[in-house]
Amino acid sequence: MLARRIIPCLDVRNGRVVKGKKFQDIIDVDSPEKLGRFYSDSGADELVFYDITASNEERKTSLEFVTRVAKEINIPFCVGGGISTIDDFTNILRKGADKVSVNSSAVRNPQLIREASLKFGAQCIILSIDAKKNREGSWSVYIKGGREKTSLDAVEWAVKGVELGAGEIVVNSIDEDGMKNGYDLDLLRKITNAVNVPVIASGGAGSMAHFYEAVKYANVDGILAASVFHFGEIKIQDLKQYLKEKGIEIRI
Amino acid sequence: MHVIIDYGMGNLDSVQRAFTKVGMETKISNKAEDIKKAKSLILPGVGAFRDAIDSLEKTGLVPIINEEVKKGKYLIGICLGMQLLYEKSYEYGNYKGLGFIQGEIKFLDIKLKVPHMGWNNLKFKTADDPILKYIKEDDYVYFVHSYYASSGSNNKELIAYSDYEDLIPAIVRKENIYGIQFHPEKSAEVGLNILRAYKELIS
Repeated sequence: MLARRIIPCLDVRNGRVVKGKKFQDIIDVDSPEKLGRFYSDSGADELVFYDITASNEERKTSLEFVTRVAKEINIPFCVGGGISTIDDFTNILRKGADKVSVNSSAVRNPQLIREASLKFGAQCIILSIDAKKNREGSWSVYIKGGREKTSLDAVEWAVKGVELGAGEIVVNSIDEDGMKNGYDLDLLRKITNAVNVPVIASGGAGSMAHFYEAVKYANVDGILAASVFHFGEIKIQDLKQYLKEKGIEIRI
Repeated sequence: MHVIIDYGMGNLDSVQRAFTKVGMETKISNKAEDIKKAKSLILPGVGAFRDAIDSLEKTGLVPIINEEVKKGKYLIGICLGMQLLYEKSYEYGNYKGLGFIQGEIKFLDIKLKVPHMGWNNLKFKTADDPILKYIKEDDYVYFVHSYYASSGSNNKELIAYSDYEDLIPAIVRKENIYGIQFHPEKSAEVGLNILRAYKELIS
């Protein structure tokens, strides 16, 4: 049986790992390859790196971390942030990443998903969606790291993304990000019911029970978190043992 | 020196690094003389079957690989490289493979999500095969694929498999030819332990 995946997420700026609370108040944590190795040795199933380096020029230098990570670890990893062209995909995959995630650029240019999927295969194209609940009771897609609201509905955008060729969806709840109150289970459930590719929950983990709930009540394939891992509040080994005891298929 | 056959498909660094970690010195090459001199051959692969077999045939190396394998040289196909070992594939059409192993590569026509992507546990069919020496049944390995080797009930090459609605051949062997469907280079310590055992059995 396929195991549910535990995925530490590392935000990278200028080649260093940082973590934002509600995308602000950024605190420096450590070097990508060092943390990557630490998590890989601790039993992480996969890693996600989001490069939040501001300018394109600086990002070129920042992305050198991808090569260093590929040398350090032997589990799959995904790189996202600022990817807007096929050349960006080529560059990152050549440096040794297994998957590339797109967010704002795919909203602006959905054909990017199709092109990349045809060229590299759906399995390495991850559509990352930043979603926030709106007054109508559904979820709007936000871009630019949560700063700009779009007219897209998050569930519809996930379905469209898969049609275009995305092989996996990462759902990041802006409302829950950094709040440690648990994942947005309603949103996740709607998306896992609507698409037939793996769905990864992101934003809101504060306790081990939150991970269990995301699998149990929203049937997600993977669960992503950052600060609870970076600050040692939850140890991956303990979390996996806990989930396994709760009857979840987990790699130990 | 072991040779990783380079036919222009994707990043071979991680595969090479994994072999280096278990003490197998490898050279990435597309030269006939390297393949002839090699202690053993490694056939990697990512992407679509059609592009891979096209590129491989264009290198002109196929007859040389055939010859070396017939002489008893070990060959290991990894991921798409394993699929290339079979007779034919139905990915985007109908393409002939290298034909070392009987069977066909078919789409995973199942209700579960495709690609079969993530960590799945191994079940042993031929538990005494030396490639399994350093791993246990139910150890997890990392898969990413949408097509699989289907050889019906006549699957005498099967060493280990995973369950994913259908039976997914994970490690196959025919004499001096091995195929691995998952990515040992992405399968943490278990992946390295498989390569470690492979290194021992071919030396």
